[in-house]
Amino acid sequence: MNFYAIRAIYQFEMGRTFRTLIQSILSPVLSTSLYFIVFGSAIGSRMTDIQGVPYGAFLVPGLIMLSILTESISNASFGIYFPRFIGTIYEVLSAPVSPLEIVIGYVSAAASKSIMIGSIILLTASLFVDLTIMHPFTMALFLVLTSVTFSLFGFIIGIWADSWEKLQIIPLLIITPLTFLGGSFYSISMLPALWQKLTLFNPVVYLISGFRWSFYEIADVNVGTSLAMTALFLLVFVGIISWIFKTGYRLKK
Amino acid sequence: MSAIIKIENLSKTYASGFQALKNINLEINEGEIIALLGPNGAGKTTLISVVCGIVNPSGGRVLIDGYDIIKDYRAARKLIGLVPQELATDAFETPTATLTFSRGVFGKKPDAAFVQSVLKSLSLDDKKDSKIMALSGGMKRRVMIGKALAHEPRILFLDEPTAGVDVELRKDMWNVVRELKKSGVTIILTTHYIEEAEEMADRVAVINKGEIILVENKEVLMQKLGEKRLYLRLLQPLSAIPAGLANYNLNLQDEGTTLVYTYDTRTDSSDITHLLDAVAAAGIRFNDLDTRQNSLEEIFVNLVKK
Repeated sequence: MNFYAIRAIYQFEMGRTFRTLIQSILSPVLSTSLYFIVFGSAIGSRMTDIQGVPYGAFLVPGLIMLSILTESISNASFGIYFPRFIGTIYEVLSAPVSPLEIVIGYVSAAASKSIMIGSIILLTASLFVDLTIMHPFTMALFLVLTSVTFSLFGFIIGIWADSWEKLQIIPLLIITPLTFLGGSFYSISMLPALWQKLTLFNPVVYLISGFRWSFYEIADVNVGTSLAMTALFLLVFVGIISWIFKTGYRLKK
Repeated sequence: MSAIIKIENLSKTYASGFQALKNINLEINEGEIIALLGPNGAGKTTLISVVCGIVNPSGGRVLIDGYDIIKDYRAARKLIGLVPQELATDAFETPTATLTFSRGVFGKKPDAAFVQSVLKSLSLDDKKDSKIMALSGGMKRRVMIGKALAHEPRILFLDEPTAGVDVELRKDMWNVVRELKKSGVTIILTTHYIEEAEEMADRVAVINKGEIILVENKEVLMQKLGEKRLYLRLLQPLSAIPAGLANYNLNLQDEGTTLVYTYDTRTDSSDITHLLDAVAAAGIRFNDLDTRQNSLEEIFVNLVKK
């Protein structure tokens, strides 16, 4: 295992994060705070509790998931797309590093950043609402698993994309709608029966539901199912990345 | 000298069907500078890219100091540094940071002192903490060489190192390369500036349409393939070659004031004696003479035309 290479990639990526601190950290924190002010305090104060949890507090896990999903994808996709775009990727491709080491370097950096942002949002949220985390270990597990899984997905997008437009298209047209419709702002039990069934095809439902369970023990789907689905996504993305490196897809001619 | 790179029956066909390399065989000796000469699209960059692991080969194999570039890619790649043709740099990074990254990614333990020594050897020490985007083109090229040297490779590939660089910087770059050779690094240089190969290379490999058409010691090549010309500056201009000299490969230049004899250095040198005797016998007088050897460029153009 080339640990120096993993460390070099990780430090390089984290260096970029800290160099662009305002864009990297402050902007997701600000936008989430705005959600709390608008939905949590302004609108939330007029809403009834959901399954015994005040609406403001109910929002917190969904909003953290929303940020983690979008940040993981955008950081990991940018991390690998940018060197491809400017041509510096030649160095990593010609270095004595295995595909696994490359993925660990880029994905762990993107996931670290997501975990940082998720934690900061959690702290920010605690300023607005009373929070309880009934299963902190499960909460941390979901936080890490989701960050890693969607950083892997972002890595795939960053390799697939051959233009800036393509880099944005999946997060904008697929992930954001799925997150908004996946129970970030509501419990799926509030939907009509047909929509409740259709919603189960939305993978984000499982992530948000499991994560929310770790806070309040309320869930739209069984927490075991949520964990299993998250692990399944992880395996699917690992499989796709293995194929990418085996074939050299978009990386090697 | 022992071969540090062995390329055996290497071929590459791209997905489009274009055959960029056709059964390439080449051995590169440790410590030499070899220039890969060839026109645009000849396969120079593809050859380098395959050896460095950026392009997958379609057939054949490459050994770096005995290590197969596919099976033992870690051991093989550790020995190689690559400076690609395009100026691809992390604009927002500093030379120190980018060299530190390069060293790490090639599996070497961090060594700030070594990174600084590389920067110093490339005259970048006063710019080591500037953003790369603030550096001039020549300095960026040096940063790229520094990145390739940060992990102490024994082999350095320079793909068109002076493309788009002005004359002064080019000479400056040649000095850098000479210093590297002195330190024992084997250098593979691709170029289409013949002057560059002529100036620096120990050996020249000419590649055209994906095939190596010649590999030769530069001096031997110039001697072996080099036509030479003898110029006689005549006292009286001639309107035509006199009949007595018809057997010699002669022509007239400068409105008949220069008689040019083209000969091959491999032929019997007494031909010149015979020619001069014949010139004297024909009553032709001259006040000066000189000879000129073909440049590598002329040799190259002739080879590629074939």
